Amino acid sequence: MTGPAKADQVMDELLLRELTPAVIGVLVQRGVDFATAEDAVQEALIQAALTWPDRQPADPKGWLVTVAWRKFLDARRSEVSRRDREQRVEAEPPPGPTETADDTLQLFFLCAHPSLTPASAVALTLRAVGGLTTRQIAQAYLVPEATMARRISRAKRTVGDVRFKEPGDLATVLRVLYLVFNEGYTGDVDLAAEAIRLTRQLASMTDDEETAGLLALMLLHHARRPARARRDGSLVPLAEQDRSRWDTSLIAEGVAILQTALGRDRLGEFQAQAAIAALHADAPRAEETDWVQIVGWYDELLRLTESPVVQLNRAIAIGEADGPVAGLAALATVDPGLPRHTAASAYLHEKAGDLLTAARLYADAARSAPNLAERHHLSRQAARISQALRG
Amino acid sequence: MTKYLLLKHYRGAPEAVNAVPMDQWTPEEVEDHLQFMADFAARLESTGEYVDGQALSPEGTFVRYDGEGRPPVTDGPFAETKDLIAGWMVIDVDTYERALALAGELSAAPGAGGKPIHEWLEVRPFLSAPPTVTE
Repeated sequence: MTGPAKADQVMDELLLRELTPAVIGVLVQRGVDFATAEDAVQEALIQAALTWPDRQPADPKGWLVTVAWRKFLDARRSEVSRRDREQRVEAEPPPGPTETADDTLQLFFLCAHPSLTPASAVALTLRAVGGLTTRQIAQAYLVPEATMARRISRAKRTVGDVRFKEPGDLATVLRVLYLVFNEGYTGDVDLAAEAIRLTRQLASMTDDEETAGLLALMLLHHARRPARARRDGSLVPLAEQDRSRWDTSLIAEGVAILQTALGRDRLGEFQAQAAIAALHADAPRAEETDWVQIVGWYDELLRLTESPVVQLNRAIAIGEADGPVAGLAALATVDPGLPRHTAASAYLHEKAGDLLTAARLYADAARSAPNLAERHHLSRQAARISQALRG
Repeated sequence: MTKYLLLKHYRGAPEAVNAVPMDQWTPEEVEDHLQFMADFAARLESTGEYVDGQALSPEGTFVRYDGEGRPPVTDGPFAETKDLIAGWMVIDVDTYERALALAGELSAAPGAGGKPIHEWLEVRPFLSAPPTVTE
């Protein structure tokens, strides 16, 4: 297979995924319940993936609607014959309104319905709104495909009685998209990029500052990705990243979106987090970071969330703005059982010149690190300081 | 092909020959060790013998059923528990000898002074599905 043909296939897949929620919307408008419509569209997507590489239809959406409708009728027919009913189904779709952007928004709400657990909402959103296959989602979250398939069908049963037009809660949708962005693993699907694509779509359909704030936050963090890991996968801390490798166009877009949102003076959690990311992006060198302003944003964030994680990050920022002693004083008020508390304490002790304590704390932190990349990073810090002490 | 579990212990295995803990290594020694582990897994992937590898947090809790309608009882971690698993690698190899050879290589991962750790690893065969032909 040649390069260009492969590129075409990639484009086809993205087009398929972009059309997915709209096609589900058409079927729901025709009176099909969400779970059945979603199944029919998933089958149509699988058929498209098989046939489009050879010949892409002139009207991809029309093709998908037609095939999904046929899949639905096939499913209903076999259901009807299985139950041995006499009644025949109509072969022609009833006339109905065509899909609108509202349908896609309703799908976002339904897939992030508060009755769903976060893991279920993430899976359902990626399938019904993101147009990913069950196999792709399973690979991305490192679980067997059968497990992911059951998780998705359970989720569909859970929202089975929710009316499609029921007013939804944007905050839960944002929470789900944030999870996709922040807790995605690797597979052949780039979940961070997928989260950005979906958040962009959501932002285009809503007039909401926090949606804009979340989009800005994602763009600003995604901009750092080329500098965040070494070739072997190990973490590069923010202060040591090669900032020339940050993606300046993503930063510019994120900052512009954030400024518009902040200008409307309805601050929320995601806008405040994005503001912190923007201040980091703004510093050409780590030493030029405006830590005083960053502490100010952490204060705002704390008023909005009271989250202990924010308290921890604020203590580190205070350590940078006002010195390690002030940072340690702020850290003393934070729950010591919190993940990364020991690592933060090690960092501040090193800055304060107490290398002995810092080395011990880094070694402790490495043992309790929540992931291998952090464990390795903290082990390296412990080794570096121990060597300096022996020096 | 038979699958084997290569088990690494935080506690419970006999002491390694080169048992200096990692936080007393030099940064280069840490780097070399991590590189060795990554290379080892990559090599087994390239030979088609790698199945899975995971590391575990040292914290764990014992849990048991406590009767109908009651929440499960939790206890521990028990300081006196002899065994504490640190992580594992699952390999799928042709012979038991091959499993032993690979475990031996893994145990030679460099530690303090750049010298092999000689860590004790436990090799456990999986109980497989019954064969189709039994006579």
